Amino acid sequence: MREQPILQVKNLQKKFGEGCQHCLDPEIRQLEKNFCPYCGTIYAVHDVSFDLYPGEVLGVVGESGSGKSTMLQGLYFDIELAAGEVYINEPMLASQNVLTLSSQQKRYIRNYIYGMVYQNPLDGLKMKFSSIGNIAEKMIAAGSRNVGNIEARSKALLEDVHIPLRRMKEEPRNFSGGMQQRVQIAKALSNNPPILFLDEVTTGLDLSVQASVLDLIKQIQRELHISMIVVSHDLAVIRMLADRSIVMLNGTIIENGLTDQILEDPQHEYTQQLVYSLL
Amino acid sequence: MTMLEIKGFGKSFTIHHLNKTIPAVSPMDLTVEAGEFVGIVGKSGSGKSTILKSIYRTYLPYSGEIHYHSAQLGKIDLTQATERQMLYLRKNEIGYVSQFLNVMPRTTCRQLVQNALLEMGESKESAKSEAEAALKHFEMDPELWDSYPKTFSGGEKLRLNIAMATVKKPRLLLLDEPTASLDHQSKIKVREMIEKLKSQGTTLVGIFHDIEFMEGLCDKVFDMKDGKIALPLEGVVHEG
Repeated sequence: MREQPILQVKNLQKKFGEGCQHCLDPEIRQLEKNFCPYCGTIYAVHDVSFDLYPGEVLGVVGESGSGKSTMLQGLYFDIELAAGEVYINEPMLASQNVLTLSSQQKRYIRNYIYGMVYQNPLDGLKMKFSSIGNIAEKMIAAGSRNVGNIEARSKALLEDVHIPLRRMKEEPRNFSGGMQQRVQIAKALSNNPPILFLDEVTTGLDLSVQASVLDLIKQIQRELHISMIVVSHDLAVIRMLADRSIVMLNGTIIENGLTDQILEDPQHEYTQQLVYSLL
Repeated sequence: MTMLEIKGFGKSFTIHHLNKTIPAVSPMDLTVEAGEFVGIVGKSGSGKSTILKSIYRTYLPYSGEIHYHSAQLGKIDLTQATERQMLYLRKNEIGYVSQFLNVMPRTTCRQLVQNALLEMGESKESAKSEAEAALKHFEMDPELWDSYPKTFSGGEKLRLNIAMATVKKPRLLLLDEPTASLDHQSKIKVREMIEKLKSQGTTLVGIFHDIEFMEGLCDKVFDMKDGKIALPLEGVVHEG
């Protein structure tokens, strides 16, 4: 059984601040949580490495401020990372660290290979475009030109995420949070991305909408075999979605394993506390 | 052929807030031949479930070896297997049934069984008919097929759990107290299911409170005491 990861992440680093003689050298660095007590530089993500395999859902759990979202934004090129390597197993990107590519090439990856669903729909949707317009925009960016095809696919996607078509021309700002989240998912799926990032997609949704979003994500995995990274602070969500998970604390990975193992036999002190706190 | 060979396996849990390491199972050996049905009995807290969960990697290995003879991966030490290998085996070869049902919310009983098959790559049509056959076999009232298991009784939840695991036809099935809290009629169903799986060649390792119920069906029965395994128990083992 020899599998190639579709996404390989090695030693990601992201710091906010200049750093100083006490913290720039990782060998001597003594951080308080994730910041340097001398200069206040925050090491939001440090030494984060993992592999994502085709068709799998990888869970990322951790408290707020642990670096989960920063890591995801770095992978999606929303923010610039200080260091690290990311490899995507696609023929035209073979053995290239995608973090070092030109902004044009990064845009290509965002348009053709990555999909992103943000915690806040404002980040992922244009609130003044119609819902169908939001999806069309993404498809046009990914090279679609045939209006008929774009319309047909947008409608099919909106139906998949249970948005009534009679409301497809409405602006998402009229929608509830759950509906906005589902329009975002439809938009992220429109270019058939092999890799999808989901940042706290169910946070703040009521339980009933949460159940439909979870079911939708599972269905996407089952039918489209998309590889996903699901970031959440909610262990119950991770348990439902992810086969494997990593636990982050203060910008680093403190534990990784099969999700049920992390929940039933947590190794790290922090993970044990997290599991004891589970409702 | 030996399906499972456990050598010197032991397990302890480190509890950080108590600053303590608690031993759960002392080093033990256990061998399961292909096609056998092995029962494990013992008081609660004696470490029975710990063995099953360690085979399935719900618990991390601590010491010793667990050799499993995989159809696809050959002989493999499960304590050394990668996460991806374990996921492969869980999907295709090793099943686990617990007393607790932990499933996607607001998914019907029928969908849950179908999804188990779809995840293995079966077509929608065959998943549908196999799921129905499994639900029929476990005498799930057809009125329940399209309802959500949240409101099911304990027995119904357990039967759904067993249906979800057995429908994938695992080579090795781990049963963690599959008859706990079941009524007499449902226990008979579980026994029939075990008989059927056994006749199809499935290897089974099960934990039972009421091993009498499996009388004549087990090939070996082990008694766990204080995290140690005693020698095979006589009496309930089937003859020949």
